[in-house]
Amino acid sequence: MQALTNRAKPVDRSPLTFLEKMYVPAIAKGMGITFKHIFKRKATVSFPEQRRQFSPVFRGLHVLNRDEEGRERCTACGLCAVACPAEAITMEAAERKPGEEHLYREEKYAARYEINMLRCIFCGFCEEACPKDAIYMSETFAPSNYQRKGFIYGKQDLLIPDPKQQSK
Amino acid sequence: MAEEKKLFKVKIDNISVEVEPGTTILNAARSIGGDVVPPAMCYYSKLQGSGGKCRTCLVKVTKGSEADPRPMPKLVASCRTTVMDGMEVANITSPEVQEARKGVVEFLLLNHPLDCPVCDQAGECDLQNLSYEHGAEATRYEFKRRTFDKIDIGDKIQLHMTRCILCYRCVFTADQLTEKREHGILGRGDASEISTYIHQSLDNNFIGNVIDVCPVGALTDKTFRFKNRVWFLKPMDAHRHCEDPKCCGKTVLWMRGDEVFRVTARKDKYGEVEDFICDTCRFDKKEKSDWIIEGPRKIDRHSVISQGHYVNTVKPKDPLVEVLDGRQPKLLFDIHSTSEVNRPEIDLSKIEGPAHSDDFNK
Repeated sequence: MQALTNRAKPVDRSPLTFLEKMYVPAIAKGMGITFKHIFKRKATVSFPEQRRQFSPVFRGLHVLNRDEEGRERCTACGLCAVACPAEAITMEAAERKPGEEHLYREEKYAARYEINMLRCIFCGFCEEACPKDAIYMSETFAPSNYQRKGFIYGKQDLLIPDPKQQSK
Repeated sequence: MAEEKKLFKVKIDNISVEVEPGTTILNAARSIGGDVVPPAMCYYSKLQGSGGKCRTCLVKVTKGSEADPRPMPKLVASCRTTVMDGMEVANITSPEVQEARKGVVEFLLLNHPLDCPVCDQAGECDLQNLSYEHGAEATRYEFKRRTFDKIDIGDKIQLHMTRCILCYRCVFTADQLTEKREHGILGRGDASEISTYIHQSLDNNFIGNVIDVCPVGALTDKTFRFKNRVWFLKPMDAHRHCEDPKCCGKTVLWMRGDEVFRVTARKDKYGEVEDFICDTCRFDKKEKSDWIIEGPRKIDRHSVISQGHYVNTVKPKDPLVEVLDGRQPKLLFDIHSTSEVNRPEIDLSKIEGPAHSDDFNK
């Protein structure tokens, strides 16, 4: 067979010499490498006590934003859902009634908004597609769960707390 | 005169075509088809007298005719200008036309609100397509946009006057299709608006066609309002035997599963309806059993509506059933047990008008 590169080396199958048969120098060499690593910087962190810093472009769990008056920004335009490659986002829109102006920013709003975190691949396309600055990806991981039903995130899980209610 | 009809030879963007005398440049371009067709927002081939208002179809006439080869001094509206023998027209080959069209789009968008996320027309909006293709990406307008008092024109049609570009298509529709004219344009110039006189509500059996005719989201279907986005629905060609002799009964059903969300007339590639349909078909027949479904409607693949609509796909055979001796795999999770969206007991398409907060809390 023709070699693909000229870097291939034939395997040395000559019998071991006496020194090699003793294995001691090889063991010492191996131990040396091990000892050297004790003084090197650790590659891991001890996770729950110590946390790594997120990169500025980290895409974590989604949040639904409110405006400065505490009204929901989302108008259920469906652009996040159509941009979603995993088809994780579903929503149902409703019309704002008179008297609900303090709750919703526009005349149309998302009555239901769900992200299936089992499907979500955290690509951030929803955040990019949103024309109303309503959906953002935060710097948190989606928590693990033993059951699938814990991964269906509704509006109550995604919406950020109302800034006006918090100040009271 | 018993003269034989002479065909006029016209050259549009260096493509020759022979048309009958009296044809407009726009229709001559449409007989060629493809990219040379100027866009039109107000012209509607099924409505007499339409056209000449939006100026998006402007073209440059580089040679007036064989007899008088001088070019026309200004850009002309191709929907209103008839061809002459030997006329030469530049549309996409003229940078002047492209620049003028960009200006026209900017004018059309001056007062048009940026509420596409809310608007039901988004995804099938002529103005959206036009500004995507010809418009600038930002507006230079610094003043307050025109606003109107909200007018209720009935329980089937929703009027958003702020979105109107005053193309007059709906006025012609109401005038020519229905027996009694009930709506028109009030005011002049900047203050003009589509309205019904003394807020009379519209109840003609063909008035629903103004929804299809409207190039923007100014007139939308109230029975479909906010229920779904058009790109999440599957358009299906369907027909039914309609009692109304004027109605063709050939429609497009906008479906999701077995739910019929919206019924519209069939539109051709220029966004014009093939045949007008009556309001009974449009608003009252929202059951799948009312219709004979012909098959999925062909949608241009550049349209957002065609996303996710895969045709001629073959579903691969699931080998698991064979391996399990015919038993179905155990379903570990029924999405409806947790999900609040698309609940089987709530049929959004059955609700009159848009859904409200109390519709979901049943």
